[in-house]
Amino acid sequence: MSTAATQETLARQLALVIDLNVCVGCHACVTSCKEWNTSGAAGPLADLNAYGAEPSGTFFNRVQTYEAGSFPDTQTIHFPKSCLHCEEPPCVPVCPTGASYKRAEDGIVLVDYDKCIGCSYCSWACPYGARELDAERKVMTKCTLCVDRIYDELLPPQDRKPACVKACPTGARLFGDIKDANSEVSKAIRERGGYQLMPEWETQPANHYLPRAVVSVSGRDVGMNVENGHLQMPADDADAPEPVLEA
Amino acid sequence: MNPALSIIIFTTLAGAAQGLAVVLALSQLLGAGLDNAFVARSLWVAVALAIVSLVASFFHLGRPLRAWRAAMMWRTSWMSREVIVLPIFILLVGLWAGMLTFSARPGDVTAFLPLAVIAVSALLWYCTAMIYACIRFIQEWAHPLTIVNYTVIGLASGLVLAGALGVAWGQPQFAAHLGAWAFAVTTLAWLTRVLALRRNARLKPKSTLQSATGIKSPGIVQKSMGMTGGSFNTREFFHHASVAAFRRMRVIFQLFAFALPLALVVLAVASGWSAAWLVAVPIQLAGVLAERWFFFAQARHPQNLYYQVVS
Repeated sequence: MSTAATQETLARQLALVIDLNVCVGCHACVTSCKEWNTSGAAGPLADLNAYGAEPSGTFFNRVQTYEAGSFPDTQTIHFPKSCLHCEEPPCVPVCPTGASYKRAEDGIVLVDYDKCIGCSYCSWACPYGARELDAERKVMTKCTLCVDRIYDELLPPQDRKPACVKACPTGARLFGDIKDANSEVSKAIRERGGYQLMPEWETQPANHYLPRAVVSVSGRDVGMNVENGHLQMPADDADAPEPVLEA
Repeated sequence: MNPALSIIIFTTLAGAAQGLAVVLALSQLLGAGLDNAFVARSLWVAVALAIVSLVASFFHLGRPLRAWRAAMMWRTSWMSREVIVLPIFILLVGLWAGMLTFSARPGDVTAFLPLAVIAVSALLWYCTAMIYACIRFIQEWAHPLTIVNYTVIGLASGLVLAGALGVAWGQPQFAAHLGAWAFAVTTLAWLTRVLALRRNARLKPKSTLQSATGIKSPGIVQKSMGMTGGSFNTREFFHHASVAAFRRMRVIFQLFAFALPLALVVLAVASGWSAAWLVAVPIQLAGVLAERWFFFAQARHPQNLYYQVVS
């Protein structure tokens, strides 16, 4: 294993691309992620008070829900969020032990659970809240992009994908190498206006999100303007980007 | 951020230990003519405070037995640097105290040790403060005032402690000599802390729900954070105190860390009631503990944008 140095540009960067058009907020990726990772190399992941009033546990992936616009022109956006595997991960250089690292070969940001002292400093240094200290093991945990799965040659090739990607019933999660211009994820980012979260901190997240395309539903054009990120509401779609998909 | 008691105690006591050691070192270098036995006992106090602070810092770790690993990444991590410099500080102060205590000719201590203690103390303040100041998206911390405040507040608490030790161990002239310095540095600490408070009050968060989600619609609200019972994300990054308690703490820490110690130092010097120094120590200690609580509580972490609504 080799570790990427700061400022190093990697030849390969694995990432997820989340399609906000089709995520229906079913949380299948959340439970599938939990199941795979609590049983595998990254686990076990704590579940505290699982049957009580306030269950709390370690998850690498969450699906959140947002609402935009004002009634009646509102849209509900389901928003999966996991570690974005930044190309400039602020969580890595702050780690005092070297337990937090970014792999040079594929850009995955990982934690070596045997070296982690559980000081939580890396979680402070992540603006996205992508890291969770496991309440039982007392070490920092995070999305591994299912590193113990995607390279497993005992699995059929079509299964060598992160558990969340395999679980998504609508195909809202794409997985691939964003440094390969011909990959599915690179094409999706390029052609569909894929964007990064909190660009103001220049962490260069590898994971991207695909904004809602403008679609025509019952004569109303709704969606999200790829250019400016504004939600497209029924009234004016003069500057709506092409292609306009017909529902 | 959610203030951690272990870190509050650690930074408060270590800061006081550094301040005390620096005051003693400067006094030696400037030829204050202090009794060697007094300097030695006071240095042992600094060693004890630093060791207690080190023990407190272990309580912040999930895996304290692996703490030695924290010295590994000194090339990139300010925390790693702090972990290296703190034991050096304890060793240097302990060495100096040991030489004064056990050497047959304590007068032989050269200027090297006091100079080294001053340098390492300054370095330790810098490392501690940079742990916070280097996180660019915690805007309340990412400013040189964080470094200034850790240093000057540590120095102020060291001066008051040194004065109290002087009174307690029969060196009232030393305490009297420190009066003006304690007054000046505590005033400066209050001033720079108020500057930080003013800056924080005017800060405009760079991250918004729009930049966090990429959905630029002005009316965006969270409807669900994705879980009902909370998680590490809801526990670690918010202080969970009421707005009223938070505001009260801002007044309390300024009163106890700065205003009351200043009044007591003035009282001690002006009226000759030297016991005021002894009263000032616990008051200032409580004040700096409150100041540290507020330092953490006031820091708004951008990840909180993602954890607003349960349902």
